[in-house]
Amino acid sequence: MADVRIAGLEKRYADHVVLSGLDLTVADGECFTLLGPSGCGKTVLLRLIAGFEAPGAGTIAIGDAMVADAVAETMIPPNERGLGMVFQDYAVWPHMNVADNVSYPLKLAEVPVPERRARTQAAVEMVGLGGLEARLPSELSGGQQQRVALARAFVSEPQLLLLDEPLNNLDANLREEMRFEIKALQKKLGVTVFYVTHDQEIALGISDRLAVMDDTGRLRQIGTPEEIYERPADAFVLSFLGVSNFLPLMKGDDGWLAGKQRVPWTGASPALDGDAACAGFRPSDVVLSRDGAGLDGRVQRASFLGSTMDYLIDVAGTPVRAALPSHECLEKGLMFAEGESCRISLADVHWFPEGQAESTR
Amino acid sequence: MTTVVPAQPRFGTAQILFGLSVAILVIVVAVPVLLIFFNAFWVNGAFNVIDVVRVLSQHETYQALLNSLILASGVTVTGTIVGTFFAWLVTRTDLPFKGTMKVLFLVPFMLPSFIGALAWKMLLSPRSGYINRMFMDVFGLDGPVFDIYTYGGIILVETMYLFPFVFIQVAGALERMDPTLEESARISGADLFTITRKITIPLVMPSILSGSLLIMLYSMAHFGTVAVLGIEVGIYNIPTLIYEKIHQSAGSFASIRTGTVLASVLVVTAAFIMWLQNKVLSRGRYQIIAGKSFRPTQLKLRGLRIPLLVFCIAYIGITIVLPTATIFMVGALKTYGLPFTVENMTLYNYKFILFDWQLTRDAIRNSVSLGFVAALITMFAGVIISYVIVKMKVRGKGILEFLGMLPFSVPGSVIALGVILAWSGKFGINIYNTVWIILVAYIARYMAFSLKANSAALEQVHDSLVEAARASGATMWQALKDIVVPLVRPGMLAAFFLIFLPALRELTVSVLLYGPTTRTIGVAIYTLNEDGETVYSAALAGIALIIIVFGESVIKRLFKVARRG
Repeated sequence: MADVRIAGLEKRYADHVVLSGLDLTVADGECFTLLGPSGCGKTVLLRLIAGFEAPGAGTIAIGDAMVADAVAETMIPPNERGLGMVFQDYAVWPHMNVADNVSYPLKLAEVPVPERRARTQAAVEMVGLGGLEARLPSELSGGQQQRVALARAFVSEPQLLLLDEPLNNLDANLREEMRFEIKALQKKLGVTVFYVTHDQEIALGISDRLAVMDDTGRLRQIGTPEEIYERPADAFVLSFLGVSNFLPLMKGDDGWLAGKQRVPWTGASPALDGDAACAGFRPSDVVLSRDGAGLDGRVQRASFLGSTMDYLIDVAGTPVRAALPSHECLEKGLMFAEGESCRISLADVHWFPEGQAESTR
Repeated sequence: MTTVVPAQPRFGTAQILFGLSVAILVIVVAVPVLLIFFNAFWVNGAFNVIDVVRVLSQHETYQALLNSLILASGVTVTGTIVGTFFAWLVTRTDLPFKGTMKVLFLVPFMLPSFIGALAWKMLLSPRSGYINRMFMDVFGLDGPVFDIYTYGGIILVETMYLFPFVFIQVAGALERMDPTLEESARISGADLFTITRKITIPLVMPSILSGSLLIMLYSMAHFGTVAVLGIEVGIYNIPTLIYEKIHQSAGSFASIRTGTVLASVLVVTAAFIMWLQNKVLSRGRYQIIAGKSFRPTQLKLRGLRIPLLVFCIAYIGITIVLPTATIFMVGALKTYGLPFTVENMTLYNYKFILFDWQLTRDAIRNSVSLGFVAALITMFAGVIISYVIVKMKVRGKGILEFLGMLPFSVPGSVIALGVILAWSGKFGINIYNTVWIILVAYIARYMAFSLKANSAALEQVHDSLVEAARASGATMWQALKDIVVPLVRPGMLAAFFLIFLPALRELTVSVLLYGPTTRTIGVAIYTLNEDGETVYSAALAGIALIIIVFGESVIKRLFKVARRG
């Protein structure tokens, strides 16, 4: 097993800078997720670690080995980095059956045949494909091919497992199931996992720690799932982890004013210096009432989603999404119709400097 | 885990493969073509366009250009009409035995058109043609019913063998076309006529155009039919005039220059047609969305069902069965011109050319070995070049892509003329009159097939398959050996047979390059016919047909097995 240490990494294609000055450390045995929007450069980082791309500057170390160093011109090829990798499109070899696919890394490592057979069998069974060893990939479903790719990636007991959006092409149920399986497998084998995805739900569910990358390839925040969800470093991180609301605030003569129409702000004052701020909050942090304390709002859209009620509320000219448990709405008489007025206050607010919210759109 | 390799190797495997690919294409294709232009435009050490114009305005060359244009246009029009009609018939109507008909309409692709021309000459030549004679004898006519030695005759014969270009493309388009496009028009209130006019025809137009441009390209550069049916009465097109110039005047300077000027015209025309075809295809691509085909609306032929079926069967009988039977029957005659009766027939001719006659035995041996070696070399060269073009990131790849396009637009007679210029001692190597010059020309001629088949196969091999192997611990070479080669093997096999079979019956190139002992099957059939040995010519053609049909069916079986496995 091994840790991954990345320092001052830079990658550019012609004039286009994808990554620059990137520092990141993944601990030994950790399940680390890199979360970011499509096309932000997270796959490039994964390919740099794998050795399919060479960095323009900076270093990458896996365990004791310096695998890429732009200055020293060190570039260890992918096959000597001791990796397992699962690709977005599975990349299961179509001309080999399940057993041959899975045993290929062992064959390359020149593991003796009896041991190779035993380990292949164990890996195939671990991903729940026992009995399908002789099938060709064309005879498997997408989820089964995914499992072949996974078994192939860990069969040789690599020091580092790289996963590139491996659950993207699966349907929702299968995705959830595979997510649990990957996590269980990682715990069982104790392997270091580097997982790349744009799906916040997977990232939060699977990781020991995660990093959030923005469109320009910068890392905005690194931390545990709880830290990142509860204490987002900036508006981008908040907006990337699920639906979020941003309400602009300005300092007036008699205190703070909220929304485009500048109505008096009733909550706690922004924990920021300056004359303007932005309140960021999730729909679940909105507290609704018919005539309690808070800002005036008008319900523009009400959708019943089963366990929750989803409201779109106009607050001083700014649209705000609110989500309340349906049973609570029923008990407290908070089933609003479209066009009704309401009061809103906030249970939890993250304060950001003015203008930051715009950059997340 | 301490191996240190430079981050960006300046001279590695990629550069070697790239250099090799460029070298192959330059030597085999680019140099001959350049030499043709050079000889055409470079007179007495100076660039000279006026002289080119002078050569082109000579009656003979001007007439050949005009003939090529007349014949190609005629064949394009008739071939497009025939091909589109049959394609529509087998895909959009309730014609009986549609599946069988579809296969039968593709048979002409297999048959060499100059053998067909030979058969039609035997049937419809004005005086001795069997059909003409029969009519004259039975009905007491003074002249022939139909004279095949005419523009019309040549167009007719070429149409029979070239219409599948349109048929294949249009039938494919009609089958893949999303039927909901037509259904939604029908729901919007359009009648069948309006739908055909406003929806169906515009949607298949790119396929029709692309197919007819292929017919045009092929017919422009076509040697065999015109040589068999035209030369006798003085109808020359560009390739046959090149042949006449090079062959009859034994390589004099003036004749070579005329040849190169004609060849230049042919290259430019072919390149233009290719460009046009690419344009048509890229514009038309979005239109036919390859949705999962349900059942397209079928036109009920009602009362016309049986008459149209009879028509199709008659067409196939007249264009495929009749000429093929003629070849075998004439090949079995004791003397050409005798009536087909049992006492006039013998198998001696076939035995003689297969076992006893040195000339025909040489021809068969030459064609088989040339085809085999050319196919093997071209297959491997093609896979290397396609690999660099499709998969590798090397600087200067644009040059290679351009060079790779070249073989597609260089017609056979141009290649032949080019290799004569390049390989008859000018650069220190003289292989004129040997089999080697034919081999070089075959490689150039069939490179396009190999590039097409191999790049199609390589495009199927997604990069991540190779990367998955690398991540599993495979070196570059191991990944090539274990992943790429097995996946590309069907494409390589296809390339091999796509070259081997046409090479067996090749005429255009070999007829310009053959020497006393290096006749190929095509050349032997052609020259025997020229020399009046019609019976032996037909017998050899019959044997060629058997070899070709046998080869085609072996491949079909092979590919079925390969696909299943």
